[in-house]
Amino acid sequence: MIRTTPFHPRLSQLNTQGLYTHWQGHLSALRYTHAPKHEYFAVRNAVGVFDTSPLFKYRIHGPDAERFLAGALVRDIRACATGQAQYTLWCDDGGFVMEDGVVLRHSESEFLLTAARPCLGWFEDLARRLRVTLEDVTDAYGMLAVQGPRSRAVLASLMPEVEDLAYSRHLQATVAAASVTVSRTGYTGDLGFEVTVEAQDAVEVLDAVLEAGKGHGIRPFGEEALMMLRIEAGLPLIDVEWHDSRLAFTDEERVTPAELGMGWMLRGIADDDRPFVGRSAIRRELTGRTSRWASVGVVVDWAHWNRLHRDAGLLPPKDEHPLPYQSMLYDAATGGTQVGYTTSFLYSPVLQRHIGLARVRPDLSDPGSQVHLELAVQHHTARVSASTAGLPLFRPARKTAGR
Amino acid sequence: MTGYDAIVVGGGHNGLVNAGYLAKAGLRTLVLEQRHVVGGAAITEEVVAGFSFSTFSYALSLLRPEIVQELDLVKHGFLPLMMPSSFHPTGDGGYLLLGDDHDQNVQEIRRHSRHDADAYDRYHHDLDRVVQAVQPLFDAPPPNVFGKDPEDQADVAWLLKHLGSVEQRVMHDVVRLLTGSASDWLEDYFVHESVKGFHASSSIIGSKVGPMSPGSGLVLLFHKMGEHDGQLGSWAFHKGGNGGFTQVLGRAAEAFGAEIRLGARVGTVLTREGRTLGVALEDGTELLAPVVVSALDPRRTFLELLDPLELPADLVDNVERMRFRGVSGKVNFALDALPVFPALPDTVDHYGGFLNIGPTIEYVERAFDAAKYGWYSERPFIDAAIQSVVDPDLAPPGKHVMSCFVQYAPYHLRGSDWDTERMRFGDTAQAVLEEHFPGFGDLVLHREVVTPLDIERTTGLTEGNIFAGELLAPQMYFLRPAPGWSQYRTPVDGYYQCGSGTHPGGCVIGSPGRLAGQRILRDLHPGVSGAHG
Repeated sequence: MIRTTPFHPRLSQLNTQGLYTHWQGHLSALRYTHAPKHEYFAVRNAVGVFDTSPLFKYRIHGPDAERFLAGALVRDIRACATGQAQYTLWCDDGGFVMEDGVVLRHSESEFLLTAARPCLGWFEDLARRLRVTLEDVTDAYGMLAVQGPRSRAVLASLMPEVEDLAYSRHLQATVAAASVTVSRTGYTGDLGFEVTVEAQDAVEVLDAVLEAGKGHGIRPFGEEALMMLRIEAGLPLIDVEWHDSRLAFTDEERVTPAELGMGWMLRGIADDDRPFVGRSAIRRELTGRTSRWASVGVVVDWAHWNRLHRDAGLLPPKDEHPLPYQSMLYDAATGGTQVGYTTSFLYSPVLQRHIGLARVRPDLSDPGSQVHLELAVQHHTARVSASTAGLPLFRPARKTAGR
Repeated sequence: MTGYDAIVVGGGHNGLVNAGYLAKAGLRTLVLEQRHVVGGAAITEEVVAGFSFSTFSYALSLLRPEIVQELDLVKHGFLPLMMPSSFHPTGDGGYLLLGDDHDQNVQEIRRHSRHDADAYDRYHHDLDRVVQAVQPLFDAPPPNVFGKDPEDQADVAWLLKHLGSVEQRVMHDVVRLLTGSASDWLEDYFVHESVKGFHASSSIIGSKVGPMSPGSGLVLLFHKMGEHDGQLGSWAFHKGGNGGFTQVLGRAAEAFGAEIRLGARVGTVLTREGRTLGVALEDGTELLAPVVVSALDPRRTFLELLDPLELPADLVDNVERMRFRGVSGKVNFALDALPVFPALPDTVDHYGGFLNIGPTIEYVERAFDAAKYGWYSERPFIDAAIQSVVDPDLAPPGKHVMSCFVQYAPYHLRGSDWDTERMRFGDTAQAVLEEHFPGFGDLVLHREVVTPLDIERTTGLTEGNIFAGELLAPQMYFLRPAPGWSQYRTPVDGYYQCGSGTHPGGCVIGSPGRLAGQRILRDLHPGVSGAHG
C-alpha cells in the first residue's frame, strides 16, 4: 500500500497535475503545476516548499549516544555542538560509502539522524553494549523544506528567532501553536530551512507557512525542480551518484568518501585517534593516494554543443530535465582513453550552461581540465568539449550568509 | 586630453554590449549616456516607493545567447525568469491558457477547437523550421550585396549557398512570412478566432500594421526568432526587470575595463577630412578617440550627430525616408492586489507570463483602424505582464506592478497632441482592463502613462519607435538602416553604428552591438578571419 505524508492532505489539494513518484513508499509530487521550471525559479528567486517527510528519522539518545555516533559516522560528531546540524556519511569496513544523512544535535545526549534509506538495523548492530537507545520516529514527524532567498523573511514573520539562525544551526520554535524544530539546512544549495513538526500538527504549520509566504511568491515544488536544484548545488544523491556499498556487487560500483567529493570530511583523521567504521581503509586510501576517482563538476563548451547540433540540422537542445543515464568522459588530449563519467547532467537555467556531476581520474580534478563528453546526436555517438570545475557549480553567498 | 580607443554614444543595451566587446578586446572604451542611468529603453525605475516599473521594454526573448556567454553575463547577475504561461482572454468570459506542458496545451487548444489541436503542433514545427533557416542570417552581419570587392562577393556566395540549402517548402514559408500577413499565415493552420488571435498578437507589436496587413507576418517571425534555454519564441522576465538586465550589461562592460559616464549628452561627432576625431558633449567638452560608435537610432546617428552635408546624398535621402512611426505606449500600474479574472478566481498561475488582451484578429485589426487615421484605439490591444508574480522584489509583499504595452497609439495625432491626450489614453487602456478584470480600477494605487512622445523624449527613440526603425521589409537585413550601409560602418572613417536600427535590431537583442564590435575589431586588426569564414 502506498503511503502519504503528514502534509499530503493540503499539498495534494495544491497539486494541479496528479503526478507523483514513489519515494520510499510515499507519494511524492513530481510537480505541482504544468511548469516545474517555474517551481525551480521560485526557489532560486523567491521561496518554495518541498515535502521531505519520507526521509527516515532516527532518535538516538542515552549517555553513550555521542560515543556511539563518533564510532559510526565518518565526521566527528564530538565537533557538533548542541543546536548544530552536521551533514555526514557512514561507511562499511572497507571504507566505502553506505549512506549519507544529517544529524541534528539536540543536547549532550540526544540526536536526530535523517537518512534517505532505512538503516536502523545497521546502527543497532553497532550499538552493542553502549548505553544508547535508537528509535525509528520516521512516521511521527513531517519535514518541510522552505528554500529560497525569501525563506528567511517568510519564516521570521512566524518565528522571529529564525532571523539570526546561522547556517547549519537549528532551534526550537512555535508555529501555529505547534512546537517545531527549524534547521538552516536543505538540499537546494540556496538560503533555506527545514521545519520538523509532529505529524498531527503538520497541516497547520504548512498552512501558516503558505499564508506567510503569500506576498513572497511562495509555491510548493516537486522532485523535478529539486533535481535541478541539487545538481546545480553539487549535492550527490544515493542510487544516482553512488550505491550503498552493502548493496553493490563489485568495488567498481562502490565509492569512498574521498571519491564522492567528501574529502573535506576527512580532514584531521590522519592525526586523531577516533575509531570509526571504515577508518583504517580510509586512512590507507589517503596515505597511499589510492583513490580511483575525483568528483568534479563538468561544464560543456556551449559553442561546440551548438555547432554539433546545428551541423546535424537540429536545434541545440537545452533541457533542464536531468538525463537519467551515465555519459562517458574521454581524455581531451588523445581522444581515446576513458577518463571518467557523468552521473547527472542537465542544462542549468541559472548558469546558462549544460553542466554535470562527474567522476574523473584524480589527475584531472584540477578545475579547467579538458575532457570530451560522449552524447548521442541524431542516432550517432558524438563527443563535445567540456571542462572540469569545482563543486558546487552554483554557490550563492546567501546560502551561508547572515541576514 | 584623449586616452580612449573608442567612444560609444548611448548606453542603451546595444551600446553596452558593444562596449563590452570592445573593452574585452583590450580597447580603452568610454560609454557616454545622456541620462542618470544606463539602459536606454530597457530600464527599471522605482516610480512609487517600493514599486519598480519596467517603464518601457518589459521582457526578454530576442537576446542572443552567444552574448550571455561571451560577455560572462551570468557572473554579473544575468537571470532570466522563464515565463511559465501565456494568458489570452477570449473576450466572452473564457480564456486560452498555455503553459510549459505540451500535451496540456494541446488539450487547451482542443477545448476551443478540435480542428486546431493538431494544427498547433504543425504550426510550431513549421515556424521552427523557418527560424532554423533564417537564424544563420540573423546571427551574422548582412552581406553587402552591392559591394564588388572579394570579401563582399564571398559573403554573397555564402548567403546564396545557405539559401540554396533550405528546403523548398521551408523557403516558401519564409517568403510567405516575410511578405504576407499574419492573418493569412495563421489561417493555413487554425480555424478558431481566439486561437488565431492569440498567435497573431506578436505580429503587430511596435509596428504600424494590423494582423491583416502584409508585413505583419515579418513582425510575427521576428518575435519568434528569440529563445530562452533552447525554447524558440519563449519569453522571460529578467530579474529586476529589463533594467536589471542592462545593469548586468553595465557591470560586465565595466569588468572588462569600459568606463561609463552618465549625464553626458553628446552633441556632435567630431570629424576632419572624412575621419572621426571624437565627440563633443552638449556642454562643449571634447573627448577624442579614433573610433566612435553610435548606439542611437539611424536618424540621430546620421542626421543629428553629423552634418548631413558630410554624407552621400542617397544615404541622407534613405535615412530621411526611413520609417519610425511609433504606434505604442505603456500604461504601468502599481496594484494593491492581483486583478481577478472571474473565470479563474482562486489561482495566480495564469499571471505568470503575458496577459494578452486582443481576443481575435478582428479585434486587433479594428484597433489598428484608428491608427491609420491619426488616432489611438478606443479599445486597444494590450500586452500586459505582472512581473511581481514571479519576481517578488519588484513590489511590497502582496502588492504588484503591472506593465501594459498599449497599441495602437500613433506618434502623430490628428487634431490633438499627446500631452493633451495622456490621461484619456490611460483611461481607455484601463477601461479595457476593467472589462476583463472587473474591479480593476479599485486596485490601482498608482498609474504611469507613457505616450510615444514620452518614449521619444526620455530615450531619444525617434517618434517613439521601439525598434529604432520599423520592422518593414525595405528596412531589414542588407537594407537596414540603408542600402550599402548595413555593415555597421558609416561614410566617416572610424565612425560606426551599433543601435537597434542596424541588423538584426530591434528588441532587446544585443546582436547589433556584438556584430558592430566584430566589425570594428576586424577593421582595427585586418587579417582576422571574415564574418562567414
